[in-house]
Amino acid sequence: MVEPETLEQRIRSAMPDVELVRIEDLTGTKDHYQAVVVSPSFAGMTRVEQHQSVYRALGELMAGPVHALALQTYTPEAWKKKNG
Amino acid sequence: MDDQLRQRIEEILGSHKIVLFMKGTKSFPQCGFSATVVEVLKRVNADFHTVNILQDADLRQGMKDYASWPTFPQLYVDGRFVGGCDIVRDMYEGGELQPIVDKALGRA
Repeated sequence: MVEPETLEQRIRSAMPDVELVRIEDLTGTKDHYQAVVVSPSFAGMTRVEQHQSVYRALGELMAGPVHALALQTYTPEAWKKKNG
Repeated sequence: MDDQLRQRIEEILGSHKIVLFMKGTKSFPQCGFSATVVEVLKRVNADFHTVNILQDADLRQGMKDYASWPTFPQLYVDGRFVGGCDIVRDMYEGGELQPIVDKALGRA
């Protein structure tokens, strides 16, 4: 189990230019999460690389406390487009 | 990761055009994310090999390091890591998966 705030803090401290982090507990058990991360640093990266940078930020949390993380990553431009 | 394990991974990737490292098997996935990718691969008419990482602790840890990717499933096409469930589903919905699969299987 891990608090959603912990996930957000880890992402924000490892990726300082992040513009939006939205963490959602999918099952109410604090181990299956969905995350949306918006950052200009994703520009030019493949989706695999974008997700890898979030996984790196979460480090050992991904090796145990978080069982599943559905991840969506966007550049600020892509995020704006998606949300009209 | 030790050389022997890396060699084993590369042998698996080299022997099959499309490989899915997953929880469970093609006919009996043991996780919803793995089941989703199996379903997507069937829809693009892919001929694919699966490896059940639940039955192989070495490979389960090794693939995490190999791909810098902490979760399963992991899809590889032509030896290259394509992504996990979210990315594969997005690529399918965006029409990007079919051409990669067709190319790998010589159907393009």
